[in-house]
Amino acid sequence: MPQTVTIEIRRYRPEEEAEPTWQRYEVPFWREWMVLDALNYIKDHVDGTLSFRWSCRMGVCGSCGMMVNGNPALTCATYLETLVPGPVQVEPLRGFPVIRDLVCDLTDFITKLQRVQPWIVRETEGTPAQGEYRQTPDELAAYRPYAMCINCLLCYAACPIYELEPGFLGPAVIALAQRYNLDSRDQGREARMDVLSEHDGIWACTLVGECSTVCPKHVDPAGAIQRYKLDAAVAWVKALVLPRSGR
Amino acid sequence: MNPAYRRHHPKWYRARMPIFWWFRKAAYFRFIARELTSVFVAYSSVLLLVQLRAVAAGPEALARFTAWLHLRPVVALHVVVLLALLFHTVTWLHLAPRAIVIRLGRRRVPDVAVLLGHYGAWLAASGLVVWLLRL
Amino acid sequence: MTGRRLREPGLWLLFSAGGTLAALFLPVLAAVLWVAPALGWLAAPAHDVLAAAARSVAGRLFLTGLIVLALFHWAHRFRYTLYDGLQLYHLNQLIAVLTYGVATVLSVAAGVVVWR
Repeated sequence: MPQTVTIEIRRYRPEEEAEPTWQRYEVPFWREWMVLDALNYIKDHVDGTLSFRWSCRMGVCGSCGMMVNGNPALTCATYLETLVPGPVQVEPLRGFPVIRDLVCDLTDFITKLQRVQPWIVRETEGTPAQGEYRQTPDELAAYRPYAMCINCLLCYAACPIYELEPGFLGPAVIALAQRYNLDSRDQGREARMDVLSEHDGIWACTLVGECSTVCPKHVDPAGAIQRYKLDAAVAWVKALVLPRSGR
Repeated sequence: MNPAYRRHHPKWYRARMPIFWWFRKAAYFRFIARELTSVFVAYSSVLLLVQLRAVAAGPEALARFTAWLHLRPVVALHVVVLLALLFHTVTWLHLAPRAIVIRLGRRRVPDVAVLLGHYGAWLAASGLVVWLLRL
Repeated sequence: MTGRRLREPGLWLLFSAGGTLAALFLPVLAAVLWVAPALGWLAAPAHDVLAAAARSVAGRLFLTGLIVLALFHWAHRFRYTLYDGLQLYHLNQLIAVLTYGVATVLSVAAGVVVWR
């Protein structure tokens, strides 16, 4: 087992440099360490100017997603041991503007997420006195896999289409829209369809499939998009054959 | 990236996507290879059309077409075409369960069953063609 | 946007139907008609068998469907490959006209050859 491991970090300090540069650090190697532990060691003991986001350290908060050796990963869930002998390269998530070092701006995702109304939409809201909207275990199972998303945006960093087409809603937004579409308590399908069926919605996706591969929560956004395309196409045929039936 | 951001945040760094981005990762290259099988699908349709014309023109025309099929470079090309078509079929069938969700009563039919159903359909279609052409 | 919304599902359906038919039928056709006879693995199908299959109504319907849909499958997929793969966003309209245009012209040719 090596005593130390080299971490190469893509640094960007806008007040000093116009382009990001690589910086090398030597950190002790411990079998129990995740990549995030190495970053925290650097921040605490080697170079306090290094900037990155993290919070829960247990794969739930979704804030420590970075490119590790070129692949999007949660740094709190990636063992250093699987990457030795290094050097281990850490970069900010691809596809987003870099504010500083490993910190990206995610406003684009948040704005797009709001457009698909990721909450339960009702035509008329019941009052608390009328009780909760009830659901069977089977109805829960219909959308549950999509509800696992933690907004870590690894799927965006894996998606070349998002990088190529800035308007594309992207994997997680569509998967989360589908999470509410498939919820038996929801009535917002039509409103979401208007956003999703734009060119920048489902149709921009060419099913590279990497979003589902990198998802740490096994959400399968690529599958969600394909299901949505099929639904939209069937609705389109129905509207063509039976123009009077509304939608 | 939203161009409006650049105005408000000129110092944020934006990486440019290289033209040959599909060399960056094996998965991206596989993706482009899968998409390019469509060229071989189109070639096959056109070749089928050429053969149908030869069939309609009579046995001599078909014999000329068959003789062309036996030329070495043509054989090599068609081996590549066949491999590309097989790649198309396998990738296509494996993507099918992602789009098609079948429910039997309250249970969702597992993806493996949907996939096997598609392979069964492929086998049946191939068998049908072989039987119809009495090979 | 509304125009797009009308077109995309239809084009995607043609693409999907063509992809499915191509996946199911083209490998066996390529193997049996072109590769296996040339490599000496199988005898080429006889002319009268091919002519009978190509002249029956079912055969004609099948061949038209297969060829036309496979062409539109190519058009749709190739259009996006050019568009994203080579980042030709400024040529979007031209690429669409060319790919779907070629597919349409070849489809008409297919109709003529198959139904003549």
